[in-house]
Amino acid sequence: MYTQGLTPQASEDGNDPREAAFQARIDAEDRIEPNDWMPDSYRRTLIRQIGQHAHSEIVGMLPEGNWITRAPSLRRKAALLAKVQDEGGHGLYLYAAAETLGISREEMVEQLLAGKARYSSIFNYPTLTWADIGAIGWLVDGAAIMNQIPLCRCSYGPYARAMIRICKEESFHQRQGYEIMCALARGTPAQKDMAQDALNRWWWPCLMMFGPPDSESQHSDASMRWKIKRFTNDGLRQKFVDATVPQAHLIGLSMPDPDLRFNEATGHWEFGAIDWAEFRRVLAGDGPCNRERLAARRAAHADGTWVREAALAHAAKRRARREAA
Amino acid sequence: MTEAPMPLWEVFIRSRAGLAHRHVGSVHAPDAAMALQSARDVYTRRGEGLSLWVVPSAAITASDPAEKDMMFEPTASKIYRHPSFYDVPDDVGHM
Repeated sequence: MYTQGLTPQASEDGNDPREAAFQARIDAEDRIEPNDWMPDSYRRTLIRQIGQHAHSEIVGMLPEGNWITRAPSLRRKAALLAKVQDEGGHGLYLYAAAETLGISREEMVEQLLAGKARYSSIFNYPTLTWADIGAIGWLVDGAAIMNQIPLCRCSYGPYARAMIRICKEESFHQRQGYEIMCALARGTPAQKDMAQDALNRWWWPCLMMFGPPDSESQHSDASMRWKIKRFTNDGLRQKFVDATVPQAHLIGLSMPDPDLRFNEATGHWEFGAIDWAEFRRVLAGDGPCNRERLAARRAAHADGTWVREAALAHAAKRRARREAA
Repeated sequence: MTEAPMPLWEVFIRSRAGLAHRHVGSVHAPDAAMALQSARDVYTRRGEGLSLWVVPSAAITASDPAEKDMMFEPTASKIYRHPSFYDVPDDVGHM
């Protein structure tokens, strides 16, 4: 609702006297709302982050959508359908939040389809078996929730409000995934192997979801100062590992990491080195499914063009008729 | 190719009888009927409400947050608008 009347004001960051007052509001845990003055770099950072987040929800529908027609029971199918529908809804809440900063929906979609905007690297991995649906709910949504809960207190009001809604709805996603893993782990040896294989393939990409190590993360400092981000990548990653390892052990699965061990002194699980070269490769467009994902989004957008055009034409015709009457 | 922009609508939900409609977000749709349909799908997947409003975003006139002091500050000095401003005997009980 806030996009109209919003004229982005030019400012060279660091030179504007309004910046100190802005930072003081943030330090006082005040929330920034769409028509408030904000530094251009704050606006740009948020547009990029919320846009990427929205794209991730939308592209994230694809790997799971792959299994809707092949879910092993009606119960599993209904749950998966509801989950994928939620991801679509989450993408829409987030696009709406980004639009309050002055970017249009059409522009964001164009950026995604042109390959100019990023989305989470995790969705460029394939879902090869039904166990992957369990692993995604348990691990991918588990990692996403870790990331998203602090965002409910983000300094930008519309983003924080969208995240509160999203986090409430996502709590079922992780439980349904873990339930699938539990059922497979308790099943036949072949089913248990399938669960272990999915865990083996998804574990490391999930650790990469938290982003590059703090020593290399280029956006962290400003984002922390602006309270867009409240925990570091490495801090959240450790929290995720500590929460998830016992969940795997409980159902008789093991992490694909020979270096994993519990440190009694710190109370944390220490894990092996992450292959950051793989992360950069996937992010740069060369993961197992990058091309397939973008092709699917482009086809969906192109196939829907006539529907959008027809709906707009129909609305215009009805409006004209009403005005003539 | 640049797409024609799809109109924006603000969505309000009455969560239960007796409560006011409350703003929950926005949707894009070509007309009011489709905006209502879309709002239902996007914002009420878990029984969030009994009634939905969709309003064209362009129809909303908003105050400017930069002028909030001029707009709202004058009420701060009018403490006599609050019941606690007035002294009455304690014996009178709840009033």
